[in-house]
Amino acid sequence: MKAAHQDIEAILAQYPRQAQHLINLMQDVQAEFSYISSEHLALICDHVGVPLTQAWAIATFYRSFSLEPRGEHEVKVCLGTTCHLKGGERLVEACERELGIPRGQTTGDLHLSLDTVKCVGACALAPVVMVDNDYLGEANLVSLKKRLEEL
Amino acid sequence: MNRLANAAELKALQDYLVQAHDPNRPIVRVCRGPGCLALGADKVAQAFQTAIQRQGLGVKVQPLIKETGCHGFCSQGTLVTVAPADLCYVRVKPEDVDEVVQTTLVTGQVVDRLLYSDNGNRYKSEAEIPFYRLQQKTILKNVGVIDPLDIHDAIKAGAYQSLAKALTGMSPDDVIRTVTVSGLRGRGGGGFPTGFKWRKAVDNAQENPGPVYIIANGEEGDPGAFMDRAIMEGDPHAVIEGMALGAYAMGANLGFLYVRHEYPIAIRHLATAVQQARDLGLLGQNILGMGFDFDLQLNRGAGAYVCGEETAIIASLEGRVGEPVTRPPYPAQQGLWGRPTVINNVETWANIRHIIAQGADWYTGVGVPHSTGTKIFSLVGKVKNTGLVEVPMGISLGTLVEDIGGGVPGQKQFKAVQTGGPSGGIIPYELKDIPPEALKPARVGLQTIESLPEKPELSVDFDSMAKTGSIMGGGGMIVMDDHDCVVDLARYFLRFLQEDSCGKCMPCRLGLKGMLEFLDNFSRGKGTPADIDALESLGQALVDGSLCGLGRSAPNPVLTSIRYFRDEYLAHIVDHKCPAGVCRDLISYRIDPVVCTGCALCVPTCPPQCISGTENQPHTIDQDTCIRCGVCKDICPVAAVVVD
Repeated sequence: MKAAHQDIEAILAQYPRQAQHLINLMQDVQAEFSYISSEHLALICDHVGVPLTQAWAIATFYRSFSLEPRGEHEVKVCLGTTCHLKGGERLVEACERELGIPRGQTTGDLHLSLDTVKCVGACALAPVVMVDNDYLGEANLVSLKKRLEEL
Repeated sequence: MNRLANAAELKALQDYLVQAHDPNRPIVRVCRGPGCLALGADKVAQAFQTAIQRQGLGVKVQPLIKETGCHGFCSQGTLVTVAPADLCYVRVKPEDVDEVVQTTLVTGQVVDRLLYSDNGNRYKSEAEIPFYRLQQKTILKNVGVIDPLDIHDAIKAGAYQSLAKALTGMSPDDVIRTVTVSGLRGRGGGGFPTGFKWRKAVDNAQENPGPVYIIANGEEGDPGAFMDRAIMEGDPHAVIEGMALGAYAMGANLGFLYVRHEYPIAIRHLATAVQQARDLGLLGQNILGMGFDFDLQLNRGAGAYVCGEETAIIASLEGRVGEPVTRPPYPAQQGLWGRPTVINNVETWANIRHIIAQGADWYTGVGVPHSTGTKIFSLVGKVKNTGLVEVPMGISLGTLVEDIGGGVPGQKQFKAVQTGGPSGGIIPYELKDIPPEALKPARVGLQTIESLPEKPELSVDFDSMAKTGSIMGGGGMIVMDDHDCVVDLARYFLRFLQEDSCGKCMPCRLGLKGMLEFLDNFSRGKGTPADIDALESLGQALVDGSLCGLGRSAPNPVLTSIRYFRDEYLAHIVDHKCPAGVCRDLISYRIDPVVCTGCALCVPTCPPQCISGTENQPHTIDQDTCIRCGVCKDICPVAAVVVD
């Protein structure tokens, strides 16, 4: 989470008022604020002229949107095919035990979010865990635990 | 940057760039592909920059450090090549950089310990390494060579010359005819003839005048595949030029790059490349002074596997939920905003420039009839040399996995390959059950391996793969050994697809749920042999009844695994055993008392605290409380934990 947010109005101003920009706009807001609040969702809908239900449907259909605030750090365990074969599922379970939250959730203090991803495309180094923007390749329960403790 | 007014200026720019390059200037290329990045390539590149900038390097010509796309040989990352000495250093760490700079760049010597070695042989250059030697790089030729953030580097390597050739010397119809005759088929998985699709869009636009749109499908959702990522990150201009050629052929003025959001580097590189191409007048109005207008818009996918399906992409681009719709009408008839739209995979677009440059005849000479050209595979899983490989179509599976991949590491047995992601299948390596028409008599396609013994092997091309019940797919090739369970993998894919089914049509929504229930039971040792038949029949219902490609191909992993590995299903159901030792309800962890040294390292790490014993004596696991998480197996320094 960044200290100062870009103004929501500034993000809106970058896009023409057309429905085709709805998803791009939502992605920018998601990236900036780490989630889309109901106020922001309403502002986006007003800007591109679509009903709130459509934006809501999109926010809940696509995996990259969150309607709840996300943690400061994001731990994403890859569950692509190769990572699955090499024990990715056990890594997620280890994270759940260590962090005390189920996958898809954020710790109460908004410090950490735990997620799984379908494939980050680093299959040659499976299993892979992404901590924020860093890749932890050829992860095992020992190296993962160490990495989590560093956060 | 000055706009290029015509094709001659583009050629002059290329000539100037080639001439201005000092052939003696050392170039260090640091791979920033997905694999190397995960191994810390950024730190290696940074270390090179710092070392070079340090004063008093004592060389006549300052070396050039290039951060490039994927070199391919991911299991040996971080990869660094040095030109013109043509050296390939593997497993380079930031702390090795000073030695490379001092030894190779300053004194011109080789750092032997960083060369790739295998079976006692050391290999100096990429060309000598068997993993590279057996490949035929066409699409990937510039990936890992050029700086993807510098259009001049791409132009120096010949980018946009095909576009110039088409604009100045070919009619749109010539371009379509060339692509059609080349036999190029869609690289995203379906294998639909590209030229035919283009022709349809043009015909439809003539009947119903108005704009035509083109889209590059970069929603590479198949887990285990990253070839499109490598192209977009390593040579974004290949995609842009291919699309510009397509746009010229079909009379489109606007194209869309639809890239999944999990690929932020690809998005950044494409955005930069599009802007640089615009600045040079290779995109935008009046391209190369030939009166052709074309521009590209970059859209990020929002995390939905189904958005690899073409009608779902269109929905997503229109700002709607990515639900597929029934075809026909096909996008080439009624696509984006109701207009004829052509959607091709990133790798398909990257083929176009080569077909235009070298001609359809050259292209049909590569590969096999009906599957022409090369194909990029991501060779991953239980194979020694993992990475990205480009080979001619029709190569044998054995060449791909054993000669290029180096076989399965350790003492384990090669069991199967999974191709085509969740829409593909699981094909056994033992070929006794594969239909004979999909086999080829000997390893062909590469002269270097003629001496190998002749044995029938699966030919890797669109039609042969389809005959096995799998598909070629995007090019993910996941190698499985005897410690991988096919029931578990089939269950994994069903769960994957069930989560990503959009839920619009019933066969897919409920069918996947039903199939998953069968497999959940099997993995717990429950069920009857008759359930296997029921599962097959339910799978067939999905194939016949689903609305889009996701549902229709979803049963493939299950159906192929039953076809080739029924014994393994029966072992789960009848014997209540998982032969591979994967399915958790059917296995147990045990400490081998002969091997265990009693170091007690596992005791505090065990989550349910179920390991006990006295110090320096063999320990034991309490089977009643063990949750089979495997932490003890990972941490044991002497490999005393075994799975039964």
